[in-house]
Amino acid sequence: MLEVSGLQGGYGQIQVLHGLDFRVDEGEVVVILGANGAGKTTTLRALSGMIETKGSISFNGEELVGKGAADIVRMGMAHVPQGRGTLPELSVEDNLRVGAYTRTDNEVDDDMDRWYEVYPVLKERHNQRAGSLSGGEQQMLAVARALMSRPTLLLLDEPSLGLAPIIVQDLFERFKQINTDTGTTMLVVEQNAQLALGIAHRGYVLESGHISVSGAADDLINDDAIRKAYLGV
Amino acid sequence: MDLFLNRLFDAISNGSAYALIAMALVMIFKATTLINFAQGEMAMFGAFAVMVVALEWNWPAWVAVIVGMVFMAAVGAGIERTLIRPFDPADHLPLVIITLGLFLAINALAGIIWRFDPRAFPELFPSGNALTIGGATLSWYTVGVVSTAVLTAGVLTILLNKTKIGLAFRAVSSNLESSRLVGIRVGPTLQFGWALAAAVGTLGAAVYVADPIRALEPSVMVRVLIFASAAAALGGLDSLWGAIVGGLTIGAVQSIIVPYTPIPNELSLAAAVVVLMLVLWFKPSGLFGTAQVERV
Repeated sequence: MLEVSGLQGGYGQIQVLHGLDFRVDEGEVVVILGANGAGKTTTLRALSGMIETKGSISFNGEELVGKGAADIVRMGMAHVPQGRGTLPELSVEDNLRVGAYTRTDNEVDDDMDRWYEVYPVLKERHNQRAGSLSGGEQQMLAVARALMSRPTLLLLDEPSLGLAPIIVQDLFERFKQINTDTGTTMLVVEQNAQLALGIAHRGYVLESGHISVSGAADDLINDDAIRKAYLGV
Repeated sequence: MDLFLNRLFDAISNGSAYALIAMALVMIFKATTLINFAQGEMAMFGAFAVMVVALEWNWPAWVAVIVGMVFMAAVGAGIERTLIRPFDPADHLPLVIITLGLFLAINALAGIIWRFDPRAFPELFPSGNALTIGGATLSWYTVGVVSTAVLTAGVLTILLNKTKIGLAFRAVSSNLESSRLVGIRVGPTLQFGWALAAAVGTLGAAVYVADPIRALEPSVMVRVLIFASAAAALGGLDSLWGAIVGGLTIGAVQSIIVPYTPIPNELSLAAAVVVLMLVLWFKPSGLFGTAQVERV
């Protein structure tokens, strides 16, 4: 579904990604692990057209390099940015409607009910301003908003950041469930390797702009070097 | 009592005109978080367009107003596309300089086209009085201006809250980056805000100069812009209804408080600014502004 080769990108003069190669197959959950500053966020921003990139990103056979964010969303990719990126002044419900901005069908309300069912707390607070939600609730809202666009590929940028462990656990279980129920392919970028590998099929390790290791999630969990570097055991 | 009522009615009519321009400022502030210093001059230019259509082409006055609003909406959209969009929206200084430059350029352009002599403006509201209470009179003009302001705030509120483009506009004004990530085309959305602001400004200038005691000339909106900026800030800069309350408050300071106190009339502008300062002292986000509440 997603085939990335020789991906380069950065901010202005600073190049962060030095030729990445990776792929994500339909229905998979793939995790990209890496320390702070390895280029995880930049990788996702490159995919969703938020920064200038070089190389090739083939998404369902179409080349994304050179396309803008607005077009890429319409091709079926949704990006939950780091730090949630909710619209703080807008109500929870309006945040979800914004998520469906690119859609022209009339099933938006049905989808909204569906995600309210998955995240009941959002329904309880549908009239509240998004900025008043807790961190965990905002993360749920950010994910639900991204799903409102009915993406085929969901990019998740460090969903665990700043959240209590018990909330994070629950969040990741829902990701797994959504992946199983809807078949939405997911590319998750995480520092919390244990959790992310727990729901992923495959993983990559990103080190200073390069992919250093790749493999099945189970193999990575048991890999000594990775256990040392990212699992803290 | 009569004197007080007359002053109150003056406050309402001036305040409503300030409120209309303030609403235009609020639209731009929502879009770009800056005050468009050229808003008053754009509105003045629009009023000249209305005057041409009404008095030179002899179209009905309100049709002329709508033509002027549409014309200025196109101009506003053009200004956004050519002078605003190429610049980084997060860097305010260049944008402020651009709006100041526009202020001077539009003022000069109007002077070149229409000279600086005062011009007659078509009547938009019936002449005469709607109500006479003793020696106090409420003119149809005052009724007309305040109705226009309230109606405009209502229409803008519906547009922002009930339409898809309105939703996109609110999204962009809340979080630019996230708006791009959900597929909103930010440029055209902001352009919509500029067009709308220019149209509302034109309406504001038209009803302001439609007052029989005023005439249209290129500098007619300069003072109004200052009062309107104070009104918008008082209301919280991002609130349309706040702009109305702010406009009426500034109108009241100018037409009620200043005449009853030893403050010379020439200082009414300064008095308005003092009120603004006091409000912002106690309530930094204005009377109705959205306080920046964010839990991360």
